[in-house]
Amino acid sequence: MAFGAFSGETVVIEQPRRRSRAALWLLLPGVVYLAATYLAPLVSLVVTSLKTPDLTNFDIGRYQYAFEIGNYGHVIATYWPIILRSFGYSALATIFALLISYPLAYFIGVTLRTYPLWQALALILVIAPFFMSFLLRTLAWKAIFADEGPVIHFLQSLNILPANAHLNGTPFMVIFGLTYNFIPFMALPIYTSLERLDLRLLEAGSDLYANPGSTFLRVTVPLSLPGVVSGTLLTFIPATGDYVNASPQFLGSTQTAMVGNVISDTYFNLQDYPSAAALSIILMVLILIPVAIYLSVTKTEDLL
Amino acid sequence: MAGASDDSGADLELVGITKQFPGFTAIENLNLTIPAGSFFALLGPSGCGKTTTLRLVAGLESPTSGRILIGGKDVTDTKPHQRPVNTVFQSYALFPHMTVLRNVAFGVSRRGIPDPLGRAHEALRLVELDHLAGRRPAQLSGGQQQRVALARAIVNRPALLLLDEPLGALDLKLRRQMQLELKSIQDEVGLTFLHVTHDQEEAMTMADTVAVMNRGEIEQMGAPEELYELPKTAFVANFLGQSNLFTGPVVSSGENSIIVEIAGTKLEVPKERAQRHSGTVTIGVRPEKLTLLTTRPVAASGVNVLGPGVVTDVSFSGVSTQYLVEMPGVGTVTVFAQNMVFGPVVNRGSEVWVSWTVEHGFGLADDERLEERSEAV
Repeated sequence: MAFGAFSGETVVIEQPRRRSRAALWLLLPGVVYLAATYLAPLVSLVVTSLKTPDLTNFDIGRYQYAFEIGNYGHVIATYWPIILRSFGYSALATIFALLISYPLAYFIGVTLRTYPLWQALALILVIAPFFMSFLLRTLAWKAIFADEGPVIHFLQSLNILPANAHLNGTPFMVIFGLTYNFIPFMALPIYTSLERLDLRLLEAGSDLYANPGSTFLRVTVPLSLPGVVSGTLLTFIPATGDYVNASPQFLGSTQTAMVGNVISDTYFNLQDYPSAAALSIILMVLILIPVAIYLSVTKTEDLL
Repeated sequence: MAGASDDSGADLELVGITKQFPGFTAIENLNLTIPAGSFFALLGPSGCGKTTTLRLVAGLESPTSGRILIGGKDVTDTKPHQRPVNTVFQSYALFPHMTVLRNVAFGVSRRGIPDPLGRAHEALRLVELDHLAGRRPAQLSGGQQQRVALARAIVNRPALLLLDEPLGALDLKLRRQMQLELKSIQDEVGLTFLHVTHDQEEAMTMADTVAVMNRGEIEQMGAPEELYELPKTAFVANFLGQSNLFTGPVVSSGENSIIVEIAGTKLEVPKERAQRHSGTVTIGVRPEKLTLLTTRPVAASGVNVLGPGVVTDVSFSGVSTQYLVEMPGVGTVTVFAQNMVFGPVVNRGSEVWVSWTVEHGFGLADDERLEERSEAV
């Protein structure tokens, strides 16, 4: 067959390359901003994490410059169960948020596509919680799940919970709170991916003998992966360091403390600045490792 | 693709198909049989229901009433993925996240047929794109994407291959080339092709049988030459090429022909080429069948003469020249004359007569009311 005439014709996609000096100047404010607000505190954090107690002044909160790597070993040895718990809670919250957000985003981005008014309304409902401080909303959950509150009473009347049961302060409540607070961060990026999904590709899938489940797994999911990856990172990273949901003032107790609570405690109450700084850096590094693995597995760096 | 044939084409039968969408009826009681192994074209303007027909066959829409049979088996209530049918979509709908090879292997893998990648390579060799198997669709040109879409469909050896204006996005030269290649692929693989298009030239070049569709109904169906030489309705006469149409009363009806009076001139049409033999009828003749004369011809039997008229426009198009002749009381008559000599034969403003052999005329089925309807299209 004579396809020869244009079989050699291949489109080479040329990346436009601009080497303009104006672009570098435009970059300057961003670079200055990052240097001032990110790099400087980071350096200060590293320096603080290596300090030792001031031997000339025994007041609490007095430290001198040093190079005490031992601070890291000390906080890991002391707080490793809490660090582990933080990652566990955060991972579970991320999974639950994904399980709830994906169908939600699919419904808004695909099912409601033919009803633009309903779609806009549903999107507003997802964003609506942001109109109120998340502290207030989290406190509201505390009241709803309080020992004398309606939920516990109802569950007790059905004999699902024993008489002395309580939910506030349990790991369940902390994971619940994290999931609840991060659902919009998970749902919106996924929605953005699914909203652009070309439905003709799903028709092509069904035309090529793929049943709806197979089409979903092989076409819809891969094409919405960039949204899933961004949503997962936007949830997992801040949730691991979160200290509001797990704090005893909100949904947690001392038994549910996460690494954020420990950092806050060591800093404000114990005024042990080197330990707080060392914990912060450990947290940062520990988050970077799974994120790097996750990104290399999903191979979507270029899509982020 | 030797040794890969399991289903090599099946009959398609549409029985009394009606498809209603909220507010309008896309297809009205459509009956159609496409024999196995044929290249069938559904031709019509946009909005005539041809794409809906295709989607009904693919299972992407379900009919309001009627049955769809493929190879004698009723598939009306089955899902798209259960039908032995593949589509080459107008948008190609290639999976952007997969390589060309994975795209082509997709259907084979889903059916659990062994060696999907081997078969995909074979199909890509058929469309001469095997060397690009590792590329993503976005890295290919429009013509290459079109061929990947074709390979992705034919690799499955469907009983019926549906083509939804697959050449629409290509430029003219590439389109002509793809038309010939699609046709030869069809000869090679022997599948039943159902091709939907609004391009009459494309339909006539490629298909064995063309069905002209208008307003959800098939106006006329037949071999391309048959449709062109003997259109039965004004819509077909005008949609498939150009026609000169004249409407007038039948003044006499002989044994072999009818005489129609148009603005005082009597024109003869063979009876077997006329759909109606009495009343007011519309008759027509193709522009290239007309001869342009600068002197009044001597009346002869077997020849129709119209004139005199005045040439109002001459446009040269290389192979032929198109003349527009204003005939008093008749309207504008279009004449295509082959350029056998240099330059136009007559100039603007010349007084001319046109003549044609009686056998070239045709009589349409439309009554006047119907004609108005088709003019409104």
